[in-house]
Amino acid sequence: MGYTLKDICFSYESRAIFSGLSLEIEHGCFHGVLGPNGSGKTTLLDLITGHLKPQSGRILLDGRPLDDLTVAELAKKCALVPQDFRVNFPFTVAQVVMMGRYPHLGRFSAPGAKDRELVARAMAAAGIGNFSLRNVTELSGGERQRVVFARALAQDASCLILDEAASNLDIRHTLSLMALAADRVKNKGLTVISVMQDLNMAARFCRTLLFLKKGRVIAHGPVDEVFTESVIKKVFHVSSRVYFDETLHCKQVVFL
Amino acid sequence: MPVVTDIKNSPARVAIGLGLLLGGVIVVSAAMGVVPLPFAQVLAVVWEKLCGRELADALASAIIWDVRLPRILTAAIVGAGLSVSGVVFQGILRNPLADPYTLGISAGAAFGACVAFFFNMSYFQGLSVGLCAFAGAVMTLAVVLYLSGGTAGGYSSNNLILSGIIVAAILSAGISFLKYAADERVSVIIFWLMGSFAAKTWMDAGLSLAFVGIGVAVCLCFGRDLNLMALGDRAAASLGVDVKKSRLILLAAASLMAAVCVSVSGIIGFVGLLVPHMMRGIVGADNQWLMPVSLLAGAVLLLCADTFTRAVLPSELPIGVLTALIGGPFFCYVFKRQFSGKQRS
Repeated sequence: MGYTLKDICFSYESRAIFSGLSLEIEHGCFHGVLGPNGSGKTTLLDLITGHLKPQSGRILLDGRPLDDLTVAELAKKCALVPQDFRVNFPFTVAQVVMMGRYPHLGRFSAPGAKDRELVARAMAAAGIGNFSLRNVTELSGGERQRVVFARALAQDASCLILDEAASNLDIRHTLSLMALAADRVKNKGLTVISVMQDLNMAARFCRTLLFLKKGRVIAHGPVDEVFTESVIKKVFHVSSRVYFDETLHCKQVVFL
Repeated sequence: MPVVTDIKNSPARVAIGLGLLLGGVIVVSAAMGVVPLPFAQVLAVVWEKLCGRELADALASAIIWDVRLPRILTAAIVGAGLSVSGVVFQGILRNPLADPYTLGISAGAAFGACVAFFFNMSYFQGLSVGLCAFAGAVMTLAVVLYLSGGTAGGYSSNNLILSGIIVAAILSAGISFLKYAADERVSVIIFWLMGSFAAKTWMDAGLSLAFVGIGVAVCLCFGRDLNLMALGDRAAASLGVDVKKSRLILLAAASLMAAVCVSVSGIIGFVGLLVPHMMRGIVGADNQWLMPVSLLAGAVLLLCADTFTRAVLPSELPIGVLTALIGGPFFCYVFKRQFSGKQRS
């Protein structure tokens, strides 16, 4: 089970992104989506989160058409960490993380003990527990990104979608965020679908990789099978050497 | 591990404080004027009227009940409506510098009113100006929504602001033309545009209360959606908000409030911009609290301003001029303080 995409066609105005894309994205795995700029990675995320509708084709989540689910139902199943996050209003960090609980609350019901608990745990996990009362407008880009990540964790959805979520983070926080996501997959059975730019991070944390180029799937499968020099050459037009790193116990790449 | 989600000041306490203040200001304001009356008499008259008792002092009761209270309540309701509308517009447009007039509602209302003055309309017992103003505002909103909707980025912040500016510019030109063509009637138009609460009746108060009440109720229902919209469309959608639908509902509610306020009182600037800003500094950005608190603060502020021009100044100044004169410099101060230093990208 998981996401099933069948013959998806999508275009912005006149620019076609996908024509006849079919995919299976399994539950309970860490999936990486890789590809050059403009290859349709973010559009793919927008389609599976229901933010954009395909012109033709079907998207199923656990066998149910995505259109049958209301936005509120979808919000309980699937949390998004967007790439850019700007807020012009002085919400506190705790308020923003609490927004992750909104889909679970009635329109007028106040957050209960369980919600507060989840918010506190999410903030501690993302390493922002010590500035819960600061305003998000005063945070640095990396701090803000961790706030959004905490909000997505608090949403308590079974599927976590990261749109270059680590692009603003320093290496320490990138590693801890990816490790945290990987841990959720392993111990809580979450599905993570992550759009990434860093191939080595992808090879290290993901179980399957999807290589996109101009809206077409170049390779899709377990890291060991698809993380190869020829695929990287085909997708990114760069020469590289892929090797097995003994310390990390995973494939890594150096660019030549 | 407990989380403190309350910030600086408890919003509930601020709201109660402002509510009490509003009650106090209403009584004080009703006692002030050309004929000063004791506070106790104000309360006595209200009590008599509400209980339907015999009037102890017919003159005082006429002054308070028939002249001052309708005006006071209208001012308070308009202040409340403009402030809540301002909160909603700032939230939807994701721009702290937006106000109820950003989408050209005021220009539309002003144009409608100008047309009514120009043709010397006097139907519906003097309501024709208000009705024309309201119709102008609603039509402007419809045009702005039509212009900004449609494609993938439908009703996005930029689309709305741009459409609002274009439509407002065209209408301003129309207003200038009507002023130019109106000859001797131009002074009536200019005076109406500057806003006034003079000679408001219970009907004005009732009408504005009905519309503002409905608008506020709708906006309060969508407080959470408004919070989420501040995070951006994609984030809001992923958190269960039907962004397009919620935005349309909120826009319609806030615009109708603004439209009815302008129709009743003319164009009163800065309340809808300033009050949400001030209150955000006090209770934080959570719209679920910001709206009720701004409502009360806006009511207090506009009522104080109106009482000032009515009872303190030697001759009455148009309220729109007063709010702009006081609000403008104050806003400059707030703006400078908030945006210097704090802005990090």
